[in-house]
Amino acid sequence: MNEKKLSAIAEKSNEERRTIRRERMQLVVRNKTFLIGAIILGFWVILAIFGNWIAPRGASDQDFEYVSVGPSLKYWFGTDANGQDVLSRVILGTRLIVVMSFTATALGTIAGTALGLAAGYFKGKFDMIVMRLIEAISAIPVLIIALLAIAALEGRSPTLTVIVIGFVFTPNIGRTVRAAVLGESELEYVAAARLRTERTPHILFREILPNVLPPIIVEFTVRLGYAIFAIATLSFLGAGVEYGSPNWGTQIAENWGSIYANVWWATAFPALAIASLAVSVNLISDSLLEVFEL
Amino acid sequence: MSQTPTLELRNLEVAYTVRGIDRQVLRDVSFSIAPGEAYGLVGESGCGKSTAAFAAMRYLPRNGKITGGSIMFEGKNIVEMSETDVAELRRSAISMVYQNPATALNPTIRVGDQVAEVFQLSGVSKPDSFLMAEEALVKVQIADPAQVMRRYAHQLSGGMAQRVVIAMALASNPRLLVMDEPTTGLDATVEAEVLDLVRELRRDTGTAVLFISHNLGVIRHMCDRVGVLYAGALVEQGATADLFNSPSHPYSVGLLRCIPRGGLHKSTDRLDTIPGTPPALGTNFDGCVFAARCALADDKCRTQLPQMVTINNSHVARCFHSDKASSMPRTVEQIEYSPQTTVNTAQAGDTLLNLSHLSKVFTQDGHQVRVINDVSLTLGVGETLGLVGESGSGKTTIAKLVLGLVSPEEGGVVTLDGKGLAKTLNRRDVHDVGAMQIVFQNPDQALNRRHSVTRIVGRAVERLRNFSVQAAVDRAHELLSGMRVEATLHSARPVQLSGGLKQRVAISRAFAGSPQIVVCDEPTSALDVSVQAAILNLLVDLQKQDQTSFIFISHDLGVVRYISDRIAVLYLGRVVEFGTSQRVFNGPFHPYTEALLSSVPNIDGSTRKRIPLTGVVPSPSNPPSGCVLNPRCPRKAGSGYETLCETEEPNLTEVEPGHFMRCHIPVGKLKQLQN
Repeated sequence: MNEKKLSAIAEKSNEERRTIRRERMQLVVRNKTFLIGAIILGFWVILAIFGNWIAPRGASDQDFEYVSVGPSLKYWFGTDANGQDVLSRVILGTRLIVVMSFTATALGTIAGTALGLAAGYFKGKFDMIVMRLIEAISAIPVLIIALLAIAALEGRSPTLTVIVIGFVFTPNIGRTVRAAVLGESELEYVAAARLRTERTPHILFREILPNVLPPIIVEFTVRLGYAIFAIATLSFLGAGVEYGSPNWGTQIAENWGSIYANVWWATAFPALAIASLAVSVNLISDSLLEVFEL
Repeated sequence: MSQTPTLELRNLEVAYTVRGIDRQVLRDVSFSIAPGEAYGLVGESGCGKSTAAFAAMRYLPRNGKITGGSIMFEGKNIVEMSETDVAELRRSAISMVYQNPATALNPTIRVGDQVAEVFQLSGVSKPDSFLMAEEALVKVQIADPAQVMRRYAHQLSGGMAQRVVIAMALASNPRLLVMDEPTTGLDATVEAEVLDLVRELRRDTGTAVLFISHNLGVIRHMCDRVGVLYAGALVEQGATADLFNSPSHPYSVGLLRCIPRGGLHKSTDRLDTIPGTPPALGTNFDGCVFAARCALADDKCRTQLPQMVTINNSHVARCFHSDKASSMPRTVEQIEYSPQTTVNTAQAGDTLLNLSHLSKVFTQDGHQVRVINDVSLTLGVGETLGLVGESGSGKTTIAKLVLGLVSPEEGGVVTLDGKGLAKTLNRRDVHDVGAMQIVFQNPDQALNRRHSVTRIVGRAVERLRNFSVQAAVDRAHELLSGMRVEATLHSARPVQLSGGLKQRVAISRAFAGSPQIVVCDEPTSALDVSVQAAILNLLVDLQKQDQTSFIFISHDLGVVRYISDRIAVLYLGRVVEFGTSQRVFNGPFHPYTEALLSSVPNIDGSTRKRIPLTGVVPSPSNPPSGCVLNPRCPRKAGSGYETLCETEEPNLTEVEPGHFMRCHIPVGKLKQLQN
């Protein structure tokens, strides 16, 4: 083969790569599920970051001339029984739930990934013990573990809630990663790495991990949806977050009684916020499943 | 022929929608199959063979569509038929046999029920259908049909499963049988049996067959007429003998030239290659589809679409230069590779590697399975040792034992350059690990798809040669460029490379630590023949420059014969014959080797008597008593050694200088039987 032909092939291959990338990007952008999910999630993330500047009023500002007043031009989402602005409290509550659910899921993902990698690669006795433990933990409902742990540790700190939820998620992610690693570690590139005297951590984290990322990313987004619900539920039950802080779950807990007095807005808007955030995350995980072809 | 052809494709165009864009897969394909005729389609992967097969049944994948032309089945256009009419045709008139019998059968339904179901679909009562199913299985030469019918698909061997699939395909007495690579996953001896069976059935039933294969030898033996596909276009068509004897399209010529044919050996002959790679799916062409890789291409070829030119009778080729094709200049690749401070101290011909009494026992479902039994072999400096045998014979396990990926049983020793090696990889030092490397069969699995080419090779240099990161990267680039992986591709990921380029990267990695021995485990069986030739040339060049020794594993006897100096034939984890390439291929043969060699369909069309191996490979967990080959041995009966063969296992003995055999029958007697 002469040089000209070879560089033509090289050029073709590069062009091919660019084309594939462009076509895949179009696929993602054209995917309506992803687009809608991303827009909603993006909206909440912006509120989480800039909420303090966007919210028209402070979290605990009270207006006693407007108590339990319905949506109006002055108070778009109405006010609650304390004369507090529902809109401002929804906006200011965003940060806590977004930060908490992301950190909790990230924690569970990191722990689960490490456990799954080791179990799937070493197999044998280690794998058996880890898997039995994982099964034992997953047998107990998430909320019960979380409530028990929080009650036992007498904590209402967000940090504790995040750690507990992260712990509860570890088994699910561990199982997903282990399944992927089992298949992956049989592939010959792992043998090839051993044949150049690589150490086990290198094989686990540099060789195998990048190849099992797609299922991990999808599992992360699925868990994120659950985390949002778990945190909202825990704060609704009065556990997990400090009392009185602006927060969607607590907001519903404080106001749901007044639904019977037709004050629906104080409950409906924070509930809608929880639902839309969870749905947006689920839309994204669905579209990723599609694009990764899992 | 005044008869209506069974199948006729007229100017068929098919496109697949990939990532939202339509890509043309078949371009203006026309051919016809007369009743009772066998028509073969050949071509490399991605040329549209299978698409043509599926189109014949109008059974395209969901993203595929027919964009032009017509498919006539017995004079009726099935492109315009209603879905129910097509379904009726598929039920009663057209059957298909797929490549992988294991996935063509339902794993949860007993084989008998599956075969009977086909009869029930055509209105036969349930009790009758089972009788007919049994008959059908007898027809495909299954020895104990009643027993086979009670089994599940996974309990059948590959050959057996393919027979069942063929029985199901023939159950409806189809007028057209489409066979898509029906023997590709099967061992040579099983393949020969299945092909014999298909030939016989065709003689008895007179079914027209569309036979698809990448294996030119198989096509030559099975088909009356052949069409050559390239990039979705039919480039040549004609009677089998005409096309094989005087190919008239440059692509067909190249394809036939690059196969390691009987008699070629690396010491005297270099293999031809077809430069370049097949075009990507859906590429648009102004001129001839093959112009980019053709040695005869001129401006006219690149701008004008050639029409079919008649060579003689029915032999046609789509080429402006069909008269010059057969005398086309040869294309042979050279490499530029600089060996670096070779660690080799030994002289050519000296013994480099010594395997003595290697055994390996795996525990499977509580059973002890002895997959390797007392294997002793030697390999000289700069030599190639070919390992040959059917699947399950232990070829790959021997490679893994040598490399230390699995450890041998007590008593087995691997000696490299006079030094006994530790049993497992973890206990071997960097020098010993780097001295022996491997090129795997499937480059898609052997190269980490998340790493760049530079990283894959560079990391190996860094670890095995103890280079700094920068020096390792430089050396990696040098190696890769030497193996003809262009600099612009060094930052690419494996997925962006063609199969041949991927294998070049894998070879670069194996050579990163300046190895003394490289194990090549089926390095070309995942590649197309044109690419295979280039890879074999590369390996031979590397061996000549570095005095590297190879352990070469392949099921393709032509390839092994071309590249090996010495050959070990394995059966059930035992070496049954060991000797120079010359001796093993020219005889006197061990009975197993003889059967193996006779089962390969060769492309020169010569027919030789097939020595059949009866029955199936026994399970290594329960090997036969005496000689492990004895229940299947083609030479046992009438040799006068029957009792000895059945009671005592023969030793590997030197029957001629440098030629070892494990057989009770004396070599003189074998020679006599084989002539």
